Amino acid sequence: MSERQVIKRAKYKSSIKDPGTPGVLTMKRERFVFMPSDPRSLMKLNVEFRFIIGHKFSKEAPNKKALLNLTQDKGESYIFEFDSFPDRDACRDFVAMAIAPPANAGKASSDKPSVPPSSEQLSTAEMDRRIKLLQVDSELQKLHKEFVMGGVLTEAEFWATRKKSLDEKISSKSKQRVGLKSDMIFNVKPSSDGQSNRVKYSLTPEIIHQIFAEKPAVRRAYLNLVPKKMTETDFWMKYWRAEYLHSTKNIVAAAAEAAEDEELAVFLKQDDILASEARRKIRRVDPTLDMEADEGDDYTHLPDHGLSRDVSKDLTDSQYDLYKRSFLQDLNRHAAVVLEGRSVDVELGDTRSVAEALTRLKEVESANEASNTHVEQGRSDLISRMAELEDLQGPRDHPVAPLSIKDPRDYFDSQQANAIKTLGESQSGSKHKKSILNAHEAYGSLRKSISEIKDLGLTDPIIKSEVAMKVFSELTLRISNTKYHHGKDPHESILDGLPNATKEEILHQWTSIQELLKHFWSSYPITTTYLHIKVNKVKDAMSKIYQKLQEIKSSVRQDFRHPVSLLVQPMTQALDAAFAHYEVDFQKRSTKSVERPNGFV
Amino acid sequence: MTPVSRKLYTDDVSLLVVLIDTNPYFWSTNNSGLPYSKFLSHLVAFLNSILLLNQLNQVVGIATGVNSCGYIYDSSLAPPNKRAETLLQKLEEFVIKDEELSAEDSVDGIKSSLLSGSLSMALCYIQRVLRSGSLHPQPRILCLHGSPDGPGQYVAVMNSIFSAQRSMLPIDSCVIGAQHSAFLQQASHITGGIYSKPQQLDGLFQYLSTLFATDLHSRSFIQLHKSVGVDFRASCFCHKSTIDMGYICSVCLSIFCKPHKKCSTCGSTFGQPQATVSPTNLKRKAPDS
Repeated sequence: MSERQVIKRAKYKSSIKDPGTPGVLTMKRERFVFMPSDPRSLMKLNVEFRFIIGHKFSKEAPNKKALLNLTQDKGESYIFEFDSFPDRDACRDFVAMAIAPPANAGKASSDKPSVPPSSEQLSTAEMDRRIKLLQVDSELQKLHKEFVMGGVLTEAEFWATRKKSLDEKISSKSKQRVGLKSDMIFNVKPSSDGQSNRVKYSLTPEIIHQIFAEKPAVRRAYLNLVPKKMTETDFWMKYWRAEYLHSTKNIVAAAAEAAEDEELAVFLKQDDILASEARRKIRRVDPTLDMEADEGDDYTHLPDHGLSRDVSKDLTDSQYDLYKRSFLQDLNRHAAVVLEGRSVDVELGDTRSVAEALTRLKEVESANEASNTHVEQGRSDLISRMAELEDLQGPRDHPVAPLSIKDPRDYFDSQQANAIKTLGESQSGSKHKKSILNAHEAYGSLRKSISEIKDLGLTDPIIKSEVAMKVFSELTLRISNTKYHHGKDPHESILDGLPNATKEEILHQWTSIQELLKHFWSSYPITTTYLHIKVNKVKDAMSKIYQKLQEIKSSVRQDFRHPVSLLVQPMTQALDAAFAHYEVDFQKRSTKSVERPNGFV
Repeated sequence: MTPVSRKLYTDDVSLLVVLIDTNPYFWSTNNSGLPYSKFLSHLVAFLNSILLLNQLNQVVGIATGVNSCGYIYDSSLAPPNKRAETLLQKLEEFVIKDEELSAEDSVDGIKSSLLSGSLSMALCYIQRVLRSGSLHPQPRILCLHGSPDGPGQYVAVMNSIFSAQRSMLPIDSCVIGAQHSAFLQQASHITGGIYSKPQQLDGLFQYLSTLFATDLHSRSFIQLHKSVGVDFRASCFCHKSTIDMGYICSVCLSIFCKPHKKCSTCGSTFGQPQATVSPTNLKRKAPDS
């Protein structure tokens, strides 16, 4: 470990509310020292890191203090307030380094070869991620506390096996673009003050974006008119005036107004850009689409498609057709825009640039479509394929080879052997007496039996009461027996039958064992002294678990002993295997070292 | 086809399809204390009691022969006061027909009955009943089987079992022969039916009425005798020894204890390096269409 130290200006606080004593905090490898600026102050500190068991820190926020809280093993804590967050982070990372591998920082520091492979300086983000992961997963936290704090594994070792879950955390935080709101614009209800005849619409960049996206004609009008002919405010006033006329549903009035004001007419008439786009889209619809198929799936039988919007005042006069706007059109257009999503990366504030960007986008799209000449070809292919009559076609050659099983008996044999064994029956059936039977004789005897019962009728009684009794007792005995077949039924778990505390204890030991074994086996083959020390540490921790397992077994009630020992058995087996490997490896190493003069005892 | 919604759903009306082993070789060599005539009297009594449990209950009998299978009884068609007579009459006709179909004069040991055939017939019949008529009974299949399993029928029987499982039809099995039946064990295990091999064959009626008369709805309340379960451990095709790890043919799922160049069951050649596979090789492991 490098001979580093961190010196920062900080305030020492005995409690959160304490205003704090200003001074200088010096962090060295093994200890931290706080010297107050005021030499008379008694707040001098000189604490070794090995007494520090944890650290907490305040979240980085502009109006928050940069605090670092070091917790001592006796429950006391030291709180420092730093001038800035970077200062605090530097100290925090240093503390994390200093306290994370206590074994290395403390006694093992004299043991030079035991330097962990990655004594990496952790970035703040990395620390944050680890801490977050620990907070979310209490199981992991338990393991971390037990092994890292307990000195069995180092921080780096512990996380090395969990790189994946750390990485997953990052990827899940990938940026998600916010789409458009699904509110429709007509929901922008005018607010009126009730006294004057004025109505007020409020317009946000968001709404403008939506209007431009949904109504290309308005967008075109905006680009043409603003600011040459009118100001932006005038433009929007006209627009909302048109909307207002629409909301009154007075088509005649709308038509009259439009006749007077040609700019207003743009808003009142149907959107010609949209109309042409719609025509183009209709041409691209799959010609084989069967619209009759989903007839009755919609809400057409409900007036206004189930939504309350009053169009009953619609006039049939063709002269006003231009000014009619169907609600369905609005709804479809809106849905299409929302589904398209926010496709422009322009600051919403600038209305003009938004309009331009949207126009550019549309141009690019239509250009793309125009260049797609093979689309036509694909469509005609599709038609000819769909119009094909199946029963007039020759058989298609599928690249399938028929499965030819020579002898299905093999399947039977491979299973029957086991199936019969389970029932505790030896293969006595196979040596049943071989009788050469004449088919005629066999059928004859069968026919005889049938005619026998035909003549005699059913025996009375069908069954003797003693026999029935025997059968009954046999069946009930078997039922009561099956109750005690523990663990045979895959549907009921032994664990669920145990008291909760025992269950949790067993599960916890199992995760601990898994964690230790993971580290144990990953250390083989032992190539460096560091790995050797790690294996020894892990081995010691594992031998402690034996003790704990024994304790669990003896602590449970008599009737749970058996199921618990069933559960514990595989754990001990896994540990035994590890120990056996350790012993063998140890033997090999010691015989090797015998050859060396130094290893000779 | 009647729309499903118009049907009368009940939980206590059963449709019981009984597969009756009519293997002459089995019955004529069977000396377990249950001659065929006795067996039939137990069976007829049992079928009668099923029909007495609910007057809407329906019982269908299918004879499982050596050369053919056939419907021999349907309670919805037979005259109600001549049930046993109709059944026995049909059974006799079936035996005569089955005998005509037999080619060989003598066989070594006991020939196995056509379990796969009668299972398929039962499944088809149940589907027909469920899809027609005004009633939707709770169907189940009961196999009264004595003759040994026919390994050659493995694929067909397993297919029937899986199709029963798919349509949630329990297959109950009552083994009256000397040996356990691996087929029926699997069938009952997979479909959630009852498997039983009575020890006291002269008390067959008691077994039938205690275990197998219970309708599906009542089974959820009654603790019936459960079988120990089926051992699904695999054994290899080449030496028939139980193995923990092995090699499986990706085409036909045969199990081997050591790698082979060619599957002995279906003849597929296994993944050699690409160069050695001839272009005319038809056995493609995964058709990519």
